[in-house]
Amino acid sequence: MRDDTIELPGRGPVADRAPASGGQPGDLTQELLDTDWWTDDMLVRAGIPVHDVPFVSVGGGIGSFVTVDYLRICGVPTSAIKVFTQLNTPWESYEYLTRVSQIPRTERLRSDSASCPDNIWGFPSYGIREAWATKSLKPLWHLLTEPFLNDYWTPKAGHAFESMEREYHRIGYPETVVKGQVRMVRRRIGGGYFTILTPPEGATHTRRIAYRSRYVHIAVGYPGLKFLPDLQEYREKTRDYGSVVNAYEPHEQIYQRLQAAPGTVLVRGGGIVASRVLQRLIDDRDRLGLQTQILHSFRTFVTGSHGPHIWMRRRGGDGWAYQGFNYPKSVWGGQLKARVRRLEGQDRADLYKQFGGTNTPKRRNWQEQMRRGRQQGWYQAFQGEIANLRPGPSGTVHVELKTDQGPRQVQVIAVIDCTGLEADVREHRVLADLLDHGGAGRNPLGRMDVERSFELRGTRSEPGRMYLSGSAANGGYFPGVDTFLGLQIAAQEIADDLQTLGFCSGLGPLRSTSQWWKWARGKRI
Amino acid sequence: MLPTLNGRIQTRIATLVVIGGLWTLLLTPLLSLPGSLGDRYTVTFTILLTTVVLGVLWEFVYHLIMQFRWEKDWPTGLALITVVNEGALVWLLLSLDAVPGIDGAAVPLGAFLLLFGTTWLVVWLMIVGPMRVPFIHWRFRGGRLV
Ligand SMILES: Cc1cc2nc3c(=O)[nH]c(=O)nc-3n(C[C@H](O)[C@H](O)[C@H](O)COP(=O)(O)OP(=O)(O)OC[C@H]3O[C@@H](n4cnc5c(N)ncnc54)[C@H](O)[C@@H]3O)c2cc1C
Repeated sequence: MRDDTIELPGRGPVADRAPASGGQPGDLTQELLDTDWWTDDMLVRAGIPVHDVPFVSVGGGIGSFVTVDYLRICGVPTSAIKVFTQLNTPWESYEYLTRVSQIPRTERLRSDSASCPDNIWGFPSYGIREAWATKSLKPLWHLLTEPFLNDYWTPKAGHAFESMEREYHRIGYPETVVKGQVRMVRRRIGGGYFTILTPPEGATHTRRIAYRSRYVHIAVGYPGLKFLPDLQEYREKTRDYGSVVNAYEPHEQIYQRLQAAPGTVLVRGGGIVASRVLQRLIDDRDRLGLQTQILHSFRTFVTGSHGPHIWMRRRGGDGWAYQGFNYPKSVWGGQLKARVRRLEGQDRADLYKQFGGTNTPKRRNWQEQMRRGRQQGWYQAFQGEIANLRPGPSGTVHVELKTDQGPRQVQVIAVIDCTGLEADVREHRVLADLLDHGGAGRNPLGRMDVERSFELRGTRSEPGRMYLSGSAANGGYFPGVDTFLGLQIAAQEIADDLQTLGFCSGLGPLRSTSQWWKWARGKRI
Repeated sequence: MLPTLNGRIQTRIATLVVIGGLWTLLLTPLLSLPGSLGDRYTVTFTILLTTVVLGVLWEFVYHLIMQFRWEKDWPTGLALITVVNEGALVWLLLSLDAVPGIDGAAVPLGAFLLLFGTTWLVVWLMIVGPMRVPFIHWRFRGGRLV
């Protein structure tokens, strides 16, 4: 793990010694490292034990979870599936990211009512379930009037986690989990793949174990979330890791310092994380009577609606580009989904560019808070980029900004960077190995190139298939892939493909309904 | 809801014919309409058929309106509230006696409102949720069934 990368749960570095240098037997050999297609004999020669299982999923986050859920519902037994992960639960990494970026279990997520990672049908949606559980019509009224009289209704984080936990037990997910870090996946001569796993220290007598499978699914989440170079440089130079932070790191200390003494903070970024951080700062201000001053810099300061023509205009203002979800809603099922599915190359990249970019929902409570802040003078948003950071007097940070009004100097007690820079796919070891040795290539956005079925193009090892979903597949024929619903849509495509290969049953109206009925009764499958 | 034009039309026809048809079958005997039961069924099913035919045309209008929405979605509330314009048009045609095959002017307003309103509600309730249970691909394909 490079030190410009934010540490996430489940990514605990497994020390990777050079081949054959460790005392433990069963390690990768030069022959294995250098060969794209492996034979069974090569693993025997390396002393790496081989286990057989038809389907493996690498990652064990929400992407693996919803895929396994789908396959279990399509009749695949737990004995035919192995999930390789270092996480304790599929939502651990996600819950960490939401918690530090100011969405504790009691706050609401971004995705809509029908994005239910615990329920492949999306019915009853979270809104209906909340109405039922709280014996209140409010969520239903909200759903009926969204997004006109109300913002889009979204579920509480805690609701999503609790429901996933129920499904996790219902489908026997824990039986599929094998702890460890995947080092690589290589194609096998004779069909299928070998997945090399590094189990936790002491769990096995060999350094590596291999799984021979016909099918592989890769869902490793973000290849890495990176600190911007200016931030990284300041931190390395000053060894001050507490006042210049990325919002995806724990940064509770900043809110605590503001409670102890009044101060100014600089928030950077125009996405939903910035919205959340502002909400936290302003909530604390209101609740505890603090005097926090907030400076907010946008690299691109949006002043109004924008887009190429009247059929494609996104709302914006006060710096922000407004959008309910991270893409226009119809990428998850409607017109835009159908459109992108047909686009190739540059045309696809261009459309992604039009509806991509940093954006945040226009939520009424956030609008009210910022309006009040502007009126009372404690919230100031502007176009600006950080030109330099250096320590200021008495523990402050001196920030030089380059703005469209010219240079500006400010003294703040903290900088909260809310820009999430996703690392290149090559920075993830397994993905890099697939590019170098697995036959995989890149899509028009530079991520991993998948087919409409989410098969990783170029990696086929007949009769086997390798699939990939999640953020690393962004830029493909389906844009919303790094979301709950997107991961479920990918799971559906994968299950459909596997059904044609005879690995699982299809979900026709009868099977789908009877499986849903089991879900509704909480019946274990 | 996230429809495509094709999906809208397919969903419209399928749900009105199947669910709307079943509902009309059950409801008609309870409606205060003139004539024998056979006559009444002729009236109610003609109204249903008119709704289907006009509905397909309405879908083009809705599709056009949807183009002004950045999200290119069709919020649940809109799908419910369009009962007003669609109902009004069918009623207008009935009162002008412009619906072929039946004596539209003889249909009492109360019976029409009950028939049209409840059929709409039943179909809408199906589309906003339960439809996804048997047809798990439907919501991801813009409402296409085939
Ligand atoms: C702050 C935040 C809020 C979000 N909010 C929403 C929302 O409201 N709604 C929504 O739909 N989506 C949301 N998303 C997006 C998305 O749904 C989540 O990021 C989701 O967790 C993605 O699932 P995943 O399986 O791709 O990745 P993850 O859940 O991160 O899982 C991948 C796992 O793979 C593991 N892994 C990586 N490499 C290896 C290896 N070599 N061996 C073994 N394991 C490995 C990692 O440890 C990681 O835990 C949000 C994302 C963020 C960051």
